[in-house]
Amino acid sequence: MAMLEVSDLGVSFATNDGTVNAVNGISFSLEKGQTLGIVGESGSGKSQLAFAIMGLLAKNGTARGSARFNGVELVGAPLSVLNTVRANQVAMVFQDPMTSLNPYMRVSDQMAEVLTYHKGMGKDAAVAECVRMLDAVKIPDARARIRLFPHEFSGGMRQRVMIAMSLLCQPDLLIADEPTTALDVTVQAQIMALLRDLQRDLGMATILITHDLGVIAGFCRDVIVMYGGQVMESAPVDPFFEAPSHPYSRGLLHALPRVDQEDAALSAIPGAPPNMTRAPKGCPFAPRCGDVVDLCHVTLSPLTEFAPGRRRACNVPISDLRGGM
Amino acid sequence: MIAYIFKRLLVAIPTLLALIVISFLMMHAAPGGPFTQEKQLPPQVLANLNAKYGLDQPIWVQMGRYVWGVVVHFDFGPSFVYKDRTVNEIIAQGFPVTLSYGITAFILAVSVGVTLGVLAAVFQNSWLDHVAVGISIGAQVLPNFVMAPILVLIFTLWLGWLPGGGWEGGDWRHQVMPVIAMATAYMASIARITRSSMLEVLTLNHIRTARAKGLPTHMVILRHALKPALIPVLSYLGPTFVSMITGSVVIDMFFSTGGIGKFFVDAALNRDYALMMGVTLLVGVLTIVFNLLVDVLYAWIDPKIRF
Amino acid sequence: MLSPVDMGALSRRLAKLDEVRGRSLWADARVRFGRNRAAVAGVVLLVLCAGFAVFGQLISPYSYEFIDFKIMGHAAELGAPSWAKGYYFGVDDQGRDLFARVAMGTRISLFVGIIGTAISVLAGTLYGALSGYIGGRTDSLMMRLVDILLSIPFMFVLILLLVMFGKSLTVLFVGIGFLSWPAMARIVRGQTLTLKSREFIEAAQATGVPALRIILRHIVPNLLGIVVVYATLLVPDIILTESFISFLGLGVQEPQTSLGELISEGAKTMRYGTLWQLAFPMGFFMATMFGFYFVGDGLRDALDPKDR
Repeated sequence: MAMLEVSDLGVSFATNDGTVNAVNGISFSLEKGQTLGIVGESGSGKSQLAFAIMGLLAKNGTARGSARFNGVELVGAPLSVLNTVRANQVAMVFQDPMTSLNPYMRVSDQMAEVLTYHKGMGKDAAVAECVRMLDAVKIPDARARIRLFPHEFSGGMRQRVMIAMSLLCQPDLLIADEPTTALDVTVQAQIMALLRDLQRDLGMATILITHDLGVIAGFCRDVIVMYGGQVMESAPVDPFFEAPSHPYSRGLLHALPRVDQEDAALSAIPGAPPNMTRAPKGCPFAPRCGDVVDLCHVTLSPLTEFAPGRRRACNVPISDLRGGM
Repeated sequence: MIAYIFKRLLVAIPTLLALIVISFLMMHAAPGGPFTQEKQLPPQVLANLNAKYGLDQPIWVQMGRYVWGVVVHFDFGPSFVYKDRTVNEIIAQGFPVTLSYGITAFILAVSVGVTLGVLAAVFQNSWLDHVAVGISIGAQVLPNFVMAPILVLIFTLWLGWLPGGGWEGGDWRHQVMPVIAMATAYMASIARITRSSMLEVLTLNHIRTARAKGLPTHMVILRHALKPALIPVLSYLGPTFVSMITGSVVIDMFFSTGGIGKFFVDAALNRDYALMMGVTLLVGVLTIVFNLLVDVLYAWIDPKIRF
Repeated sequence: MLSPVDMGALSRRLAKLDEVRGRSLWADARVRFGRNRAAVAGVVLLVLCAGFAVFGQLISPYSYEFIDFKIMGHAAELGAPSWAKGYYFGVDDQGRDLFARVAMGTRISLFVGIIGTAISVLAGTLYGALSGYIGGRTDSLMMRLVDILLSIPFMFVLILLLVMFGKSLTVLFVGIGFLSWPAMARIVRGQTLTLKSREFIEAAQATGVPALRIILRHIVPNLLGIVVVYATLLVPDIILTESFISFLGLGVQEPQTSLGELISEGAKTMRYGTLWQLAFPMGFFMATMFGFYFVGDGLRDALDPKDR
């Protein structure tokens, strides 16, 4: 059995404007040490998927379906169960390190509490371990710096602190939700390099959630493409980039500006992401799809494997898709 | 941090001086002196009295003497009505009483209010929340002069459990009703602010991180949510304390506690400006000191302010 | 003792709007307000209280000054509320009709509250908007003055004023209005500063819109929201202050009366079994306060809704 088995996971929110179905029936599995990328536009539901697994949905959100970690069901699990899994076995790094770290607490305190609570360590031993971890994420002069407050660190350093904090209990799975989105490009590269090294050294499984395909290419072994709360395609990374099998994936890759084609006009996917309060029938991508057929507005074909390890959810066979890569 | 406190002190001092000067000028702007209230005095006697209290000097001299007296000697001068006592003596007699139950009421209002507010926010929409909100709303319209008669009605007249007044050196039975009457309305406001503030804080990202770290709810609330949630409450505490001390005037009168309130009201009725001035200044000083304390607390809670 | 209002959040939200959305804010707010049961109840309560204050005297067969010598001194036995005798709320200790007196008390309290608030709003808004708009050192200086004024113990000074200049209604208004404007000024100035820094103001200035038009079209409508909310919550605060002072006997003088004074009188005779003398004034005081608090909260929630 895989380390993480997600099956038909859905997330909906009760809002003043009606029920929003952010995630509709996602299924995937993750093995030990595997690196998975989940890519999608804003509003595709990718972050909510992660929150649902961790039990961190907002008050008006409900998760349905199943997410089993080492056999333990996480969806709907009581806090006592979730808190043994969180940080200990599954850790999460969030998008904006300035607001995700507690601005009112010293870094040493907020890091050490993970160890004192989960591992029963004494305060001094815990802080020492935290310093060690900060060294591992390449924070200079960690011993002195750990006593500072988050606002005294730069953006990139704060994210390193968050990463260090998440690894303190040596979890088996790290979920990184857009870890570099809030940082500038050069820092992005550094952070991704750091994550790559850590993942390799610790052998921990990672789910990397992002809207940036470039980040996926450099880090993940497999990729899942989400749109409108559903999986459009899932594949190992290299075959995916060589020959995407879904109209949406093709549109995404086509939209990437290419350094070797200077004069070509930028191509974008026409239209805008769907309004999730009025959940469209059929395929969520249908309104914007260049290969759409009538069937697409009524129903979406389920995720089916068409080649080893590759799945797609599309009514139109690959051979009928216009244009190639 | 020390530099911050020092800076605030520097600002507080001119404020204080300004307060003293303004008070003094107001005192002098009043029509009629303290001695025109009584039966018509022969002009010679009036002149002598005025000379005795220094009221015949030019205003600058009087002001200078007054300010000097207050700042250097903490001397508010003699009472205009209680001829043989100074304002200081009267204040020294009555103020400790007021302060003692005032502080008790303040501590009660803050501790009960914050606790109720936190519980209501954490268990939002539960019966606990509804009860807490209901109490807060209800108690808002129970200021001390409404609460005091109600308490006496119930506990003295109907149940006979508590004495209706007096102080007896601070015996707890005599403190219960004054303290409750004073604290009720403020407890309600503090609970409301705490609740709404805590609700906001609970949506913040760093709370989600705390939860993601697998910390149990009580740790998330106490270690990560409480400090930032208390910031709006802090702003409210300064005016609350001063308001309570002000309100003690009613309590002192109603319960005959011997506190400064009754003296103040009598002074008002008898135009004893010196006493009124002294009490007003004292409360003004308290206000400034308390605001300073609140500012320091702000800096302690929010590290960004400190530096 | 102001009912707590998170002015900061309301301020920020109102400042985010530009002229176009500003208009729909009010329409939205009206709908939200209407859906808020407590707020609507508050309005009803206030209308009833105001109605009572204004028309109460007409319903009662007695004036507020008329002394019934037959009952005077025997209020406990003869002065209980009675339809037959026309003493709907009973009689006070001096033999006067309580219904008429409570009506007058409510009238005076409401009057002081509203006029006092109006003075405070006018002075505070002008001062605050000016200070905020001018900015710079002038602003710092003006706010320094406000800080000093805020350190002055309001109540004591008010009593001082009343003692010095006589216990008339005028002194009461002026005193109360004069002493509560600094708080309003601070809030308005904060809002003005926030508004001034909004991009749409910069854009308007950059495209050559004259300053006056900016002020009228963009700043004032957005100031209105916060001023209205604060004013609505200031009224009960002022009524509270006035009642407090009247309770001490330092406020409105005989034969006029206010709710605070009536409560004080009622409390004095509690032990003699004339509970109606306490209950009715207290009841109307609480009703009035509830009314304003509910409406004020409702307004604030309507303009700055949060998921509670």
